[in-house]
Amino acid sequence: MNLNIKRAFSLILCAFFVLSSFSGCAMSKKEDGKVLKVAVLESAYGSEMWEKICKGFEKLHGDIKIELTAEKNLEDVIGSKMKSGDWPDYVHLATGREAGLTETLIKEEALEPLDGVLEMEIPGEDTTVEEKLTEGFTDTLATNPYSDEKTYLAPMFYSPCGLFYNAGLFEKRGWEVPETWDEMWELGDRAKKEGIYLFTYPTAGYFDSFMFALLAEAGGSDFFDRCMSYEKGIWDTEEAKVAFGIMEKLSTYVEPTTVANANSDNFLKNQQLILDNKALFMPNGTWVVGEMADAPRADGFKWGFCALPAIDEDGDRYSFTFFEQGWIPKEAENKEAAKEFLAYLYSDEAAKIFADSGAVQPIKNASDLVSGDNKLFYSVYDSGAIAVMGGFRATEAVEGVSITETLFSTFNSVVLGDKTVDEWRRAVAADSEKLRKAIK
Amino acid sequence: MKSGKRKKGTAAFIAACLFPSLILLSLFVIYPTLSIFRVSLYKWGGYSAEKIFTGFENYKILFRDGRFFDSLRNSFLLIIVVTAVTLVLSLFTAEVLSREKLFGKTFFRIVFYIPNILSTVVIAAVFSAIYDPSRGLLNSVISLFSPGTRILWLGDRSLVIYSVAIAMIWQAVGYYMVMYMSSMAQIPESLYEAASLEGAGRLRSFFSVTLPGIAPTLRTTLTFFIISNINISFLLVRAMTGGGPDGGSEVLLSYMYKQAYTNSSYGYGMAIGTVVFLFSFALAAAVNLATRTKD
Repeated sequence: MNLNIKRAFSLILCAFFVLSSFSGCAMSKKEDGKVLKVAVLESAYGSEMWEKICKGFEKLHGDIKIELTAEKNLEDVIGSKMKSGDWPDYVHLATGREAGLTETLIKEEALEPLDGVLEMEIPGEDTTVEEKLTEGFTDTLATNPYSDEKTYLAPMFYSPCGLFYNAGLFEKRGWEVPETWDEMWELGDRAKKEGIYLFTYPTAGYFDSFMFALLAEAGGSDFFDRCMSYEKGIWDTEEAKVAFGIMEKLSTYVEPTTVANANSDNFLKNQQLILDNKALFMPNGTWVVGEMADAPRADGFKWGFCALPAIDEDGDRYSFTFFEQGWIPKEAENKEAAKEFLAYLYSDEAAKIFADSGAVQPIKNASDLVSGDNKLFYSVYDSGAIAVMGGFRATEAVEGVSITETLFSTFNSVVLGDKTVDEWRRAVAADSEKLRKAIK
Repeated sequence: MKSGKRKKGTAAFIAACLFPSLILLSLFVIYPTLSIFRVSLYKWGGYSAEKIFTGFENYKILFRDGRFFDSLRNSFLLIIVVTAVTLVLSLFTAEVLSREKLFGKTFFRIVFYIPNILSTVVIAAVFSAIYDPSRGLLNSVISLFSPGTRILWLGDRSLVIYSVAIAMIWQAVGYYMVMYMSSMAQIPESLYEAASLEGAGRLRSFFSVTLPGIAPTLRTTLTFFIISNINISFLLVRAMTGGGPDGGSEVLLSYMYKQAYTNSSYGYGMAIGTVVFLFSFALAAAVNLATRTKD
């Protein structure tokens, strides 16, 4: 081959490599008609229900086409697009995830207020969203993160959290489910003699629902709210010390292999301890039933669920209500269509689609749609337990400070004997003080 | 005159050929690296348009952050332990498989190399099974000699980082073994013969012929060790322990991820990224300097 031809060929190849590196940067064309970009987390409920929801909404709004993104790693998929200015119109993604996308947008005040949605009439029904929602669900820090009247996150699927156990084992041994912590310790001592530990937990992260309910038991719902709002000196109060005291005692009843398996790779092994009758109680949510559906279990196993035991005989028992959230980014292009979509999510039609996949919404009469084991779980509040909802109030990000990490993960060290409960409580108090100064 | 023109033409051709690589290097290496430095000077969550310039504030916080130093200590420990053990093991296996008459050499080469092609998630799953406190391979073997012993390989804060190190070593030995074997293959057989005639045994030949012969490769791999240990420890820690229990296995990059994303402090996370960059650069430079030989 002639040298010049060789050179020309090489140059063409070089140009091809350069141009091909820009192949992903093509400008996207805008389609005719309105396109509503809906991004949802594909959780244990699956993505099929969302496909049905989108079809149902499109049927009602012929001019709107939905572009659905349903992914297990939703933050990775939409996060980079959002950074380049391509924002979804509606997102279903709860707080408390490792990637912290929802929290980041709350901290950056990048969410659209949803007050208008609450007043909207649900398509095909003569009731507003606010009227249909169960009372109290839009008065929490999980929906109104700036502790004002404005709702930024719509409450979606809820799940009562508390202690799960093998009801079959209790029946077989004739044991009563403890109603106070003192009874709990007595049962722990009795079970230990039979080689069964009182307590295990999937990962330390599951202590969010547990500790929030415990704080409410120690000082009432108002005390819980004060803790969540970083009130000065709140972690040094007697109520806080009582709650941490219970955690200290509980740490001595933990099944010994729990900490080694309390990570995302092995947490199912800790849940399996309940199914194998090696531990009596674990904190969890209603999703655990689906999660362990195929796991082997002891003969006569039957899921049991209860709120946390009361601190005193006449004390209240609490159960934390976890719920997922939906939100509209401030930067969304089609906010109005997104609001209509959100209102549709509370319709009877949508509620039925969700309930068929096991997802229960906090709307009136939703319990009628519940079946199977869920009937027992969702009736916890009918049996006297008080619901506690919400989470920490929004603050500006404080570098190097994560109160959830300190409040929950440190329990591992307490179980291992590496840290004392007082060190733990003081660390939480120190973090709370730093975050109090950064309240939005 | 003609040769001058030709030289110019050749230079232009070389420049044109380098151009694509330079563009790619600038786009995907230089620009992102500079961006990390720039973003580390801001208080920013990573999504909104609002960035607050805070100068070196993120770095000031960093040097008072105990958790950052815990993760730095863990990363440093992994770099030292994993590098030292992997180096010795891979040199040993490379020497045995290159120079010894061994039945099934090819089989062993493949077996040693396999861990390197496994994904980190698979490695994490394999080692989670090995480390299982109740039914794990390791505790089962130990209980043969010491019945009733139950070591919490991933549940003991002082032990967990070594458990991660073992998984990293298992994963890396095959890769470095292959590199050393290819380097050993370049050493002329005559040198070994000469050494043998001089009365050198296997050990003497290894230290006097093999090691000097593969010294340039050894030097290069030391830099690889630093970079790959920082990266792989992050992947393995995320898949296997999540940094737990209570930060016991947190490494630099997993802490950076937690700060940048979970804690919504993207600017601070990038400050950690900058320190990781400088730390690995400085360490690699120090190793290079320390191992420099006169040609």
